[in-house]
Amino acid sequence: MTPQEIFDKLAARFGAAVSDFHADAKDPWCIVRAEALLEAASWLRDEPEMRFDFLQNLTGVDYPKEGKIAVVYHLFSYPNRHAFQFKVMADRQDPLVPSLYPIWRVAGWHERECYDLLGVFFDGHPDLRRLLLPDDWVGHPLRKDYAEAEHYHGIPTTRPNPIDLFQVSKKGAAS
Amino acid sequence: MSSATEKRYADDGGSVLTTRVDQMVNWLLNWGRANSVWFLLFGLACCAIELMQTGGPRADFERFGTAPRPSPRASDLIIVAGTLTYKMALRVKRLYDQMAAPKYVISMGSCSNCGGLFQYAYSVCKGVDQIIPVDVYVPGCPPRPEALLEGMLKIQQQIKAEKFLQARYGVA
Repeated sequence: MTPQEIFDKLAARFGAAVSDFHADAKDPWCIVRAEALLEAASWLRDEPEMRFDFLQNLTGVDYPKEGKIAVVYHLFSYPNRHAFQFKVMADRQDPLVPSLYPIWRVAGWHERECYDLLGVFFDGHPDLRRLLLPDDWVGHPLRKDYAEAEHYHGIPTTRPNPIDLFQVSKKGAAS
Repeated sequence: MSSATEKRYADDGGSVLTTRVDQMVNWLLNWGRANSVWFLLFGLACCAIELMQTGGPRADFERFGTAPRPSPRASDLIIVAGTLTYKMALRVKRLYDQMAAPKYVISMGSCSNCGGLFQYAYSVCKGVDQIIPVDVYVPGCPPRPEALLEGMLKIQQQIKAEKFLQARYGVA
């Protein structure tokens, strides 16, 4: 099935909860509202025409100007050999999205990564901890306004450029 | 040399023989230590591949008496091979603290020298010398096995130049 057909069936089933289909994108995608996410995802997995049995990727994008964080889902169906993408827009101040762990188990680690790097909270995730960064890390580094801390456990996070040091010493020698 | 030792040496007429024995024992200790530098089997990133290659038949690290050890308590040398993240930096510090003195550190490759390619990343430590003292820096990305061998020979030179007995007992 083409992405257009998938979107049409999705829109016929869920109405206004799915919108903004981008057919000309490299990976055609649409927007799914967070309230309908669980229902739409389980429908996409179980409907015989769809059978999206594989959540290929789950990631997030930060849009500070719009005040939004988009969580991007890439689906693939092995039985039907088709792919589909959709996004869920979350509020940047309090990003809360339902977890897809009950539907695709692989979402567990992907959602932990997304929480780690972007600070998106996944409602219903059984073990929402940081995946890559240390547990005591402050902040979520893939947010556009992330500012690096000056120290981590007493280790400075900057190092002077050796060329600058050389020029300073040359200046000092000349004066 | 401490004044007490000077007095003792003055009393037995500036014993030439004792001095030579000290030097010989010192040389023997250094010879033994320099030719059995056991290193911690520890790799962080792609430099670890070159580290393994250095242990392979072509470069043959072990002809200098080095041997990889699985435990920091049995190691004299830690080769920090690869990109050091902050998460791993605390572990490296702990491994270094577990090693028994005298201990030596080789920083292998640009990443562990200064952060290298990833020095503007939020998660990468800007040089292993910010957490533990480094004896030899090996440049390269990654360094060839020959470069690491030269770093190893520098460590051996450093060990051979040490005055172990003088430092510990204050004798000549």
